[in-house]
Amino acid sequence: MPEKTYVRRYSAGARLNHWVTAVSLVLLALSGLALFHPSLFFLSGLFGGGANVREFHPWIGLVLAVSFLGLFFRFWRLNLWERTDNVWLTRLRSVLAGREEDLPEIGKYNAGQKMVFWLMSILIVALFLSGVVLWDQQHDWLAANLGLSFTIEQSRVAVLIHAIAAVIAIVVWIVHVYAAIWVKGTISAMTRGEVTGGWGWRHHRRWLREEVARGGKSRPAE
Amino acid sequence: MAYIQPKLDLVRRSASSGAEPALSRETEVAKLIDISKCIGCKACQVACMEWNELRQEPEENVGVYDNPHDLNPNTWTLMRYTEYENTAEDRLEWLIRKDGCMHCTDPGCLKACPSPGAIVQYSNGIVDFISEACIGCGYCVKGCPFNIPRISKADHKAYKCTLCSDRVAEGMGPACAKACPTKAITFGSKDDMIALANERVEDLKERGYARAGLYDPPGVNGTHVMYVLHHADKPSLYAGLPDAPRISPLVETWKGVTKYAGMLAMGAAAVVGIGHYLMAGPNEVSEHDEAEARKLKEGRDA
Repeated sequence: MPEKTYVRRYSAGARLNHWVTAVSLVLLALSGLALFHPSLFFLSGLFGGGANVREFHPWIGLVLAVSFLGLFFRFWRLNLWERTDNVWLTRLRSVLAGREEDLPEIGKYNAGQKMVFWLMSILIVALFLSGVVLWDQQHDWLAANLGLSFTIEQSRVAVLIHAIAAVIAIVVWIVHVYAAIWVKGTISAMTRGEVTGGWGWRHHRRWLREEVARGGKSRPAE
Repeated sequence: MAYIQPKLDLVRRSASSGAEPALSRETEVAKLIDISKCIGCKACQVACMEWNELRQEPEENVGVYDNPHDLNPNTWTLMRYTEYENTAEDRLEWLIRKDGCMHCTDPGCLKACPSPGAIVQYSNGIVDFISEACIGCGYCVKGCPFNIPRISKADHKAYKCTLCSDRVAEGMGPACAKACPTKAITFGSKDDMIALANERVEDLKERGYARAGLYDPPGVNGTHVMYVLHHADKPSLYAGLPDAPRISPLVETWKGVTKYAGMLAMGAAAVVGIGHYLMAGPNEVSEHDEAEARKLKEGRDA
């Protein structure tokens, strides 16, 4: 059996940043779903009741917004769209079948990962802005310090945007988590910060070639 | 006049699947506010504070009689004064409306509420907030077509007129109706109140108010607080009483299709994921891949 090589994929800072975002996103989904559908109101028990959900949810949202901003600046450059991403998308059938020999060599992120990145970026902006409108407890502060106030009609628009954006974000999150489970060897990238060389060769060959050429040192930008 | 049964069976309950079946339907009640009889004395406002043990500090006089300036967690009913220049008939009219919860048959607050049992509707038509279950999210504010509920900064719970459900349960009328010195506020079965309103409207029409009428808006399937208006064709004259109130389409979309489509989308995503895993199997790195990677690395090292 060939000896495995390891390639560094994420710095400790990037991993910490990711997990703060992940934990807050899960807490936001659980507390948000509690208020989304009556059959899920029982989830409010995880937070000690509905009033706590109402109190905690926006504060966790603030943590997520700041944390995701960190991820955004770490990763946005590597998620810029390339010509090969269109090829990847047109060969989605091969992607889903795991026939990666049919695909072009891929950099650090494939088109699917890039779409998760940009969708989450847009959705979190929408969730943050609509969430501010819905944060009744801070309206006095917003009026006094930022001169912001909202009409009831605006809050109705906000609550609809918030619900729809949250549903899409949860679906995107399911895709993200599923991909990490389906593609074996992925999770160690976010737990230990490294993947096996074979994982890189199979899924992100161009990235692996670049890493090897550079002598395996990670860029400060990640 | 119909006998008002002192019972409080629920017919609707917020964030609950289906209504609790009421063993027996009570007679629907209603409060009729005859604006043509109102003298603006605020006795109703005081009686409401008195019975419900609410105390609101008087606010600054800004040149109108409205005080406090708006409904708040301690002011469940409020006299609103409008000076209306009736140019068609060349006269100044002082329109005084007692504002407060309308107790809609189709209550937007209840539809929007996410907390099971925080808002209920009794079979007599009264819509009540149950503070123990209220979580203070403010969704009822977004649901209400009349801009009535207010969230307390003290306990973060929503408050509004209860139509004195506690008094009604004991066979009495609401405190405001009891205090009114001109019988501008009356309380009884909804049928009786409609009959009384029709008499009043006839009378007003005979006295020159051709457009007098009853305000019992069909957009919310009628209300259990109704007005007799001299200008029923223009309710908004009366301090912005909605001309055609209905639950906002935004709220209907949010609590309707979004809720069901959203649950379906999230469930489908999870099912598709599991299905794909079962059909396609895990995407594993082969020994060949590892060997290629090692060769690549050795190629550089060599």
